[in-house]
Amino acid sequence: MSPDRPSEHPLFELERSMRTGEHARETAPEPAVGSSNGNRLSGPLADPSAEAGYSEQHPDRMGFFTDTSVCIGCKACEVACKEWNLLEEDGLELTGMSYDNTTDLGATTWRHVAFVEQRIDLSTRARVDIGMPGMGPPETATEEVAGSEVRWLMSSDVCKHCTHAACLDVCPTGALIRSEYGTVVVQDDVCNGCGYCVPACPYGVIDIHPENGGAFKCTLCQDRLGSGMTPACATACPTESIQYGPLDQLRERAEQRLEQLHEQGITEARLYGQDPTDGVGGDGAFFLLLDEPEVYGLPPDPVVTTRDLPAMACYALAAAATAAVTIASCFLGGRR
Amino acid sequence: MAEAHPVGFQWVMEAKRRGAKIIHVDPRFTRTSAMADTFVPLRAGSDIAFLGGLINHVLRGGHYFHEYVAAYTNAATIVDESFADTEDLDGVFSGFTGSGYDETSWYYQGARVNPAAGERDQWHDVFGSPEHDRATSEEESARRAEPETDPSLTHPRCVFQILKRHFARYTPELVEQLCGIDQERFHEVAEALVANSGRERTTAFAYAVGWTHHTVGVQYIRAASILQLLLGNIGRPGGGILALRGHASIQGSTDIPTLFDLLPGYIPMPRAHPNLSLDEFVATNAADKGYWGNIRDYVVSLLKAWWGEYATAENDFRFDHLPRLTGDHGTFQTVIDQIEGRVRGYFVVGENPAVGTANAHQQRMGLANLDWLVVRDLNMIETATFWRNGPEIENGETSPSEIGTEVFFLPAAAHTEKDGTFTNTQRMLQWHHKAVEPLDDQRSDLWFFYHLGLRIKSKLAARRFERDARQRERDRPVLELTWDYPTEGDLAEPSADAVLREINGTDAEGRALSSYTRLRSDGSTRAGCWIYCGVYAGEINRAARREPGEQQSWVAPEWGWSWPANRRILYNRAAADPAGAPWSERKAYVWWDAEQRRWTGHDVPDVDVAKPPDYEPAADAHGPDALRGTDPFIMQGDGLGWLYAPAGLHDGPLPTHYEPQESPLRNTLHATQRNPARRLYHRPENRYQPSGAEPGAEVFPYVFTTFRLTEHHTAGGMSRWLPHLAELAPAMFVELSPELAVERGLRHLGWATVITARGAIEGRVLVTPRIRPLRSNGRTLHQIGIPWHWGPNGLTTGDAANELLNVALDPTVHIMETKAGACDIRPGRRPRGVELHRLIATYRARAGITEHTGGDAPPPDNGLPENGTRPSGTDTVDGGEDES
Amino acid sequence: MTGNEPAGATGAGAAEEADGERATFRSYYGRPIIKEPTWKVPDVPAYLYLGGMAGASSVMGALAQLRGYSRLRRVGLLCVAGGSGASVLALIHDLGRPLRFLNMLRVFKPTSPLSVGSWILAPFSALSGAAAVFEFTEVARPLGNAAAWCAALLAPAMTTYTAVLLADTAVPGWHETRRELPFVFAFSSVSAAGSLGTMLAPRAEAGPARRMALVGSLGELVASRVLEHRAGRIAEVYRSGRAGSTLRAARIMATGCAVGAVFARRGTSAAILAGLCGTAASIATRYGVFEAGRESARDPYYTVVPQREARQVEE
Repeated sequence: MSPDRPSEHPLFELERSMRTGEHARETAPEPAVGSSNGNRLSGPLADPSAEAGYSEQHPDRMGFFTDTSVCIGCKACEVACKEWNLLEEDGLELTGMSYDNTTDLGATTWRHVAFVEQRIDLSTRARVDIGMPGMGPPETATEEVAGSEVRWLMSSDVCKHCTHAACLDVCPTGALIRSEYGTVVVQDDVCNGCGYCVPACPYGVIDIHPENGGAFKCTLCQDRLGSGMTPACATACPTESIQYGPLDQLRERAEQRLEQLHEQGITEARLYGQDPTDGVGGDGAFFLLLDEPEVYGLPPDPVVTTRDLPAMACYALAAAATAAVTIASCFLGGRR
Repeated sequence: MAEAHPVGFQWVMEAKRRGAKIIHVDPRFTRTSAMADTFVPLRAGSDIAFLGGLINHVLRGGHYFHEYVAAYTNAATIVDESFADTEDLDGVFSGFTGSGYDETSWYYQGARVNPAAGERDQWHDVFGSPEHDRATSEEESARRAEPETDPSLTHPRCVFQILKRHFARYTPELVEQLCGIDQERFHEVAEALVANSGRERTTAFAYAVGWTHHTVGVQYIRAASILQLLLGNIGRPGGGILALRGHASIQGSTDIPTLFDLLPGYIPMPRAHPNLSLDEFVATNAADKGYWGNIRDYVVSLLKAWWGEYATAENDFRFDHLPRLTGDHGTFQTVIDQIEGRVRGYFVVGENPAVGTANAHQQRMGLANLDWLVVRDLNMIETATFWRNGPEIENGETSPSEIGTEVFFLPAAAHTEKDGTFTNTQRMLQWHHKAVEPLDDQRSDLWFFYHLGLRIKSKLAARRFERDARQRERDRPVLELTWDYPTEGDLAEPSADAVLREINGTDAEGRALSSYTRLRSDGSTRAGCWIYCGVYAGEINRAARREPGEQQSWVAPEWGWSWPANRRILYNRAAADPAGAPWSERKAYVWWDAEQRRWTGHDVPDVDVAKPPDYEPAADAHGPDALRGTDPFIMQGDGLGWLYAPAGLHDGPLPTHYEPQESPLRNTLHATQRNPARRLYHRPENRYQPSGAEPGAEVFPYVFTTFRLTEHHTAGGMSRWLPHLAELAPAMFVELSPELAVERGLRHLGWATVITARGAIEGRVLVTPRIRPLRSNGRTLHQIGIPWHWGPNGLTTGDAANELLNVALDPTVHIMETKAGACDIRPGRRPRGVELHRLIATYRARAGITEHTGGDAPPPDNGLPENGTRPSGTDTVDGGEDES
Repeated sequence: MTGNEPAGATGAGAAEEADGERATFRSYYGRPIIKEPTWKVPDVPAYLYLGGMAGASSVMGALAQLRGYSRLRRVGLLCVAGGSGASVLALIHDLGRPLRFLNMLRVFKPTSPLSVGSWILAPFSALSGAAAVFEFTEVARPLGNAAAWCAALLAPAMTTYTAVLLADTAVPGWHETRRELPFVFAFSSVSAAGSLGTMLAPRAEAGPARRMALVGSLGELVASRVLEHRAGRIAEVYRSGRAGSTLRAARIMATGCAVGAVFARRGTSAAILAGLCGTAASIATRYGVFEAGRESARDPYYTVVPQREARQVEE
């Protein structure tokens, strides 16, 4: 996508690109629209904003790259997010989940820092998640403990702004929209609180506000982007664990960082959500993790539920027809 | 550092990205440990043994930076033959008097007859005892005669050899035994340190109050200084020892001090010597060599800034207007004086001693015995409400009707609601602009003190005729004080900019001065703080500069302003070799440009720019001119880095491992269990516990250390009231290992009660593998981490860790020991009311605690009275508030 | 949380079924990965039941008219109007912001089963409401007939769109059963409408209703069985806990309904029993499915392990 390009009808552009051979260069990395199974509900999608109907001049797709290998768990992102977005405090409860007293994302928490305490066996490098300690003997004998190290993972979670966003797809009112930055945003004045987006999200991000009944989640600070500002969390992050920018650039940067970490021998480093061919067509907010996603509370391989919608519609029609036929068959025969 | 300094920690992460190896040494595995390449858990209170082990490794292995050590440190200096080491005297240095030290035997050979010592003798004559002579810093000790040296470093009494002998027993085995650090890990650290020091590389140490809050805290820093000097890591880029201060502008509040015994710019407060004149003051405090030689310029300019046209050469520039010290006026002594009825009024500004200071119960006892108390804070902190809901009220010890203290709570403006500067740990002043107006009655501290001053002045002026001559004389320092700041806005807010300009200083024509070298002692210049002179050079507020990093050099001189003279690394002469060339291209910082005949480089050189490296002072030279061209440590009396401190410290010229005041372990290094010079206050509310091999020590078998979380700030006054912070750390808790949980039957998220001889507090249990039992001195030792952010007020409430702590102080800077103590822990909530007292009394009885417990000597023949107020040494006490 | 303390297993009563996989899967302190639906009980189960019942009743009513069962037709009209109206009310009541219920019709979104469903439900309930009004006020009966027939065209969709509504989520218990769920709902709707017809229509006219109750219940039993059989690991949530007991009760009721329907021709009490059983079975099925989904959302096991497997298959 190139915002500098003069506005013209896509067909002209296509025609021109075929003439000039620019096509290959410009759209080579990803198929333009749709996917192998022929619908627009899943698979790689180069430009969700254009797909949503924005003109050619729409800005670059913006996103977050959260590099958890440098997250120090300071929670400044959580606080900055709540301050900027006027989100209220939502519970003063000690959870016992390491230093995480926020527990998860929700209607009033749009950034959440996870803390995972692990014991690493020095001989095998196997990781043991500690989870919630209870009373009783430690799970490993003292000698084993002596040959182990502690690892403390921290990671700031946020809405993924999926390329194929289930919340957006299933929203019946059109309250959830794709913004010009390619992000997914709730229009609070439209949302009627039906709650469909809540179970639709494969990441458990969006939630209904218990008091005002509307659905809420990260907006990527839509109200800051317009004035050229960086989202509050990324601004507050002291270690550049949260990086904000055009998604293309972030993906490149992430690949470089991954390579660097692998060179340093940190082979457990991996990217999560950056792959446009994954179940949600790639995330607008993706991560570098140091362990399996589920350890951080992330689904290992999420799929946008609406990928299967055509199939589901077929099953439903078949079942509806079955019902109609069944009823009709009950009216056959005599008046017994 | 990641916990309490997350913003500063970004640079550690940046360094890590560039390949730096991060080593974290801490009793607890913290967020910093999580980011470190190597985590070294050690027993709280054993750091000198660890650092001593590293020093020994460097000395024994010959890993020291020989050229640097020989040229820039006092390694070659020969020490007086009367000096005896702790290794000779089983844990004490020569000169021990039973409660403190006579420091004269620690002096250099040949410098003893030095007139500088004569000046000291003059102090002694005046004040009777050497320990009264508080040298605020090494800079004060001045001497004219040159001490004897042995450049070959082989003389048995040269500093280098003394050092070698002193640390010879600090082996990896000893480190393992005392600190619980296995030898493999110790070697990993030692080798990394050596590999990353020298011509091509440097290593930096960063520390916080984990090193300073000990009865031997200054010596922790000394140990690190010795190590860094030996490795050549001082005055060079990427080197140094960085103090991470406890909160914004704590550095500023020592530069322009809130400490009773200092004047701005580290000028000592004069003592109450009869008829002490300015000349005598200067004579006893000036150094012969180095920049303290010009102290008269600084003092006169300060007096001119304060008393303006009233200060003239004829009246000694109103030197008599300065208050005089009559003894200890530090925070702990002041509180004891409150309890004893000797202090009637108290201002508490931006502090929360009712929960934030060691032995909080003692603090509240003092507060409860005042006539009046003024508390200025952002929130209704415990210090303002102790009379209503303090633990003593809850426990039925006293009631609001029995407390006569009249409390005035004045809401304060936050830093976002006022202009001003922060001075950070790099001595950098950064200006902050007011973003919003303060609400309602909230006012800045500047507004408060300015208008308070105006009112006091006008009241005194109005009553002039009612006052007798003596009273009028007493009023004069206030009435004559320069108090003429321009104000702005409806609130008549004084201009912070004008205050900064006054601090910077002006010349005879009223123009802002450019440097402290322009200060004169003839009364023609004024400066509120000599080291800040230059921050307003050219009539520009240089603290407000915010030139982006990419638009200037990597030293970033255009961001804010650092004292002195916008120098970013102190003593940076040491970044070049004695001939003036950089030690290496990679580490080039400042160097001698032979063509231009001047010092140049990336930073402001910390040397007279025109003084060539081969400069030798004339015999009669004075002040900076008396330093050689190779002397980098220009504030020191000999221009050298001190591996051995012949003066300035009250507990010895070298660091030695002592156990904390309260420790479950015996000191196996030598027979002296604790720092023999530490300050104790044997009082009913400040009972000490037995330690080590003493009977009853087993009653308090666990080590505890207090700590801070990222989520909260100090005693919570700025965070417990904020919903977005309170929810992140919503309850008081204690951290401990799964093994201790089993040993004591503690359940994750259940309640636990922690008990010491002073108090018992409760908290929720966080069982975590981040805390691991250590093997120390042949036994398994459990450590407990206790955050100290809580109190009874705010959105998240809980018991204050400071209820547990004793008041036992470092003898040199009088800081309390908050980072290593001994306690017991048991499951369940703490009892309430009389039951709580019963619990503590039971523990005291079980441990056999008396008014003498915790002291070293058998009780003196007449002993101290049960309610005695005398510390076992008497001296000035400063600091002690919160974390600094 | 892994290793010594498997998460969520005890709540689901599945501890005894715990295999190595459950013991070793990893999660964040056993906390759910996806959000449990915020939909309320009884609003949403009622909405599911009433909509389906109304849909099947509408077809039943239309066919009754065609075949000349006038009383059964009137029962059908009544059930349709009541059911669809109540279904709309249940939906509105469940909204976080009920005053904005009309926003459901603000757009038509084919990707949203709830939008499509609303565009089915709204005309359906309006038409069937109108049909009932015309029928019972005896004004402009032809118009009423037309309305009823229009509604009947939408009606089959009414019986199954709610299944898509549930299945088109990240809730494993619903999404993984997306093929079978519409059939369970369809048969359950047929049984529900048949049950009401059996109870409310005169015995002489209730023959088709009885057959609907019988066939519907049996169909529901078979479809549920197939669902559980094909659900694999996720079947646990349909077998254990509250969902399990509710669904067991539903099966007993459905069996009761089928048996009752066979004998309902002979006596009113059997008819009423069959009707009550069928209605209860249908309601219990919807509630059971709803609960099973919620349980599968609460337990990260059902999110993590299937996704891991899918990934391994891909790789």
